Amino acid sequence: MPIEIYRMIETQSLKFSYNPHLTFNFPDVKVNQGENLLISGKSGSGKTTLLHLLALLQKPASGKIFLDNTNVELLSKPELNKFRAEKIGLVFQKNYFVKSLNVMDNLLISPYFLKKKADLELIKHKATELRINHLLQKKTYELSGGELQRVSILRTIMNKPSLILADEPTSNLDDENCEHVVQLIQKTAKEANSALIIVTHDQRLKTIFPNQIHLENAF
Amino acid sequence: MLFKIVWSKVLHKKLNSLLSILLMVFGIGIISLVLRIGKEAESSLLKNIAGIDLVVGAKGSPLQIILSAVYHADDPTGNIKLAEVNKLKSNPLVKKIIPLAYGDNYQGTRILGSTNLLYDQYKLKISTGRIATSALEVTCGALAARKSGLKLGDSFLSSHGADKEGEKHEDDKYRVVGILERSGTVMDNLLITPLESIWEVHNHKNEIHDQDDEITAALLFFRNPMGLMTLPRLINEQTNMQAALPGIETNRLLKNFGSGIAMARILAILIVILSGISVFISLYNSLKDNRDEAALMLTLGASRSQLYLQAVLEGCILTGLGYVFGILLSKSILFYLNNHLAGNYNLIINWIEIGRDEIYLLILALITGIVAAAIPSINLYKLNISKTLAEE
Repeated sequence: MPIEIYRMIETQSLKFSYNPHLTFNFPDVKVNQGENLLISGKSGSGKTTLLHLLALLQKPASGKIFLDNTNVELLSKPELNKFRAEKIGLVFQKNYFVKSLNVMDNLLISPYFLKKKADLELIKHKATELRINHLLQKKTYELSGGELQRVSILRTIMNKPSLILADEPTSNLDDENCEHVVQLIQKTAKEANSALIIVTHDQRLKTIFPNQIHLENAF
Repeated sequence: MLFKIVWSKVLHKKLNSLLSILLMVFGIGIISLVLRIGKEAESSLLKNIAGIDLVVGAKGSPLQIILSAVYHADDPTGNIKLAEVNKLKSNPLVKKIIPLAYGDNYQGTRILGSTNLLYDQYKLKISTGRIATSALEVTCGALAARKSGLKLGDSFLSSHGADKEGEKHEDDKYRVVGILERSGTVMDNLLITPLESIWEVHNHKNEIHDQDDEITAALLFFRNPMGLMTLPRLINEQTNMQAALPGIETNRLLKNFGSGIAMARILAILIVILSGISVFISLYNSLKDNRDEAALMLTLGASRSQLYLQAVLEGCILTGLGYVFGILLSKSILFYLNNHLAGNYNLIINWIEIGRDEIYLLILALITGIVAAAIPSINLYKLNISKTLAEE
């Protein structure tokens, strides 16, 4: 069966500088639909900066980003906000949630902001798979770190994103859980037909991902 | 969903929310109470003037004359001759004169001697029995009957003066021949009897009644406003009686009363401002502590104006709830006052009505909430998502 290759994200010579003495020149990133990429590097190598550029949270000093064939430069600020939420599912290193809302509402909040209908079947199915279906009515502060991370993973696909971006998803996990979580993220991305980029300094992941970019220190 | 998000935040910060709401409850409650009591006192006082243009009494303080003869809340300044009052009837500007004679009380409830004109003037209606027509018969005001426990057919001995402990008139017993319907005027608190009763009780030693009959005051009604221009001067200068204008004295009374009300109002507005500051601090802290939450919502597709709206709605919910409970508080206090104290102060308070003031207070409460929320929320527009989420 022929597989159509669709380029989900592509960057061209991205640069970013915090001050005149510290400029990051990032290698180009290209990820197709359904494919994975690992971006690794020590702290200070600009990992987080690249992640924020890819997540459209920051603007590059120069260079271009194409996400789902859209040149993001051309989007206005409010457009960019909606575009990001629609196209990108983010797994943060820290588990960010709206503390006052329960797990279910935390999942529904993004479709609400985007005025989309939430896929309740998907939530039910995925929550069972991630073993969090019994936690949906709980407040997020009642959940363990591992449970919260699985909720975050489910949250990424609420809007059927083109790209899933995970920031250090395994840094606090032991070996067994590390592998398990990576598998969950990979499976989730594959089912959603999204491109997956994991940004990490975790050496253990290097053996799992064939596609890798290693960031050297800047200067 | 918007309401759900905001409401969950209100519940999440229980104590902060409670403090903001409580301050608003007291602020709004006191303002509403003060406004209502002030208004009701004013309308009650004005209602009791009942069209009286002028009151004639013995020389003394005009305010005391009005307090005693119109509001029945003070002792008369002294006695005047009925014959002298009757001379005023010949003046073409005078339409009607109602004589009033005070003397006695029954267990602190005043007995007012007058003529049948009084019933017409205050639009008094009989509930049971009939109107007192001959000496020592009494018609009981509705509240007076409740307070004294007098029933139709009861007899009682009066005490001298307005003092409960005054010397008892042992010989002459009054008899209740009628009970009045509640009229909403001071008459509700009085025992009304023909003038002859007062004379009989006080002058029984010299049985003959002639032009020496005395009364304590007379209510005058004019044919036209010209009376106001000429009669007070005429009476003050050419008789040894004192003329007092109910309108002027009542306004003087309201002015004194008003400054107390103004003080209470200032106090209440300060409490409302305090509540606004409390909402402000509560929202400021929560926006500062939960910047990551705001950043998260932005990455999840919320626009900054949506977050702003959330904060403003939260402020409005806090102050709005404070308003609702504040009004309930003030209404329940008024309800209590109406049932337990109104009789003592000749005030009938309309406690149910929601007036224009309450609408203004709602607007005041909501504006407080909006302003208190809007100022700290300006920071939302400056929030840097990338920086906030990169912070550990």
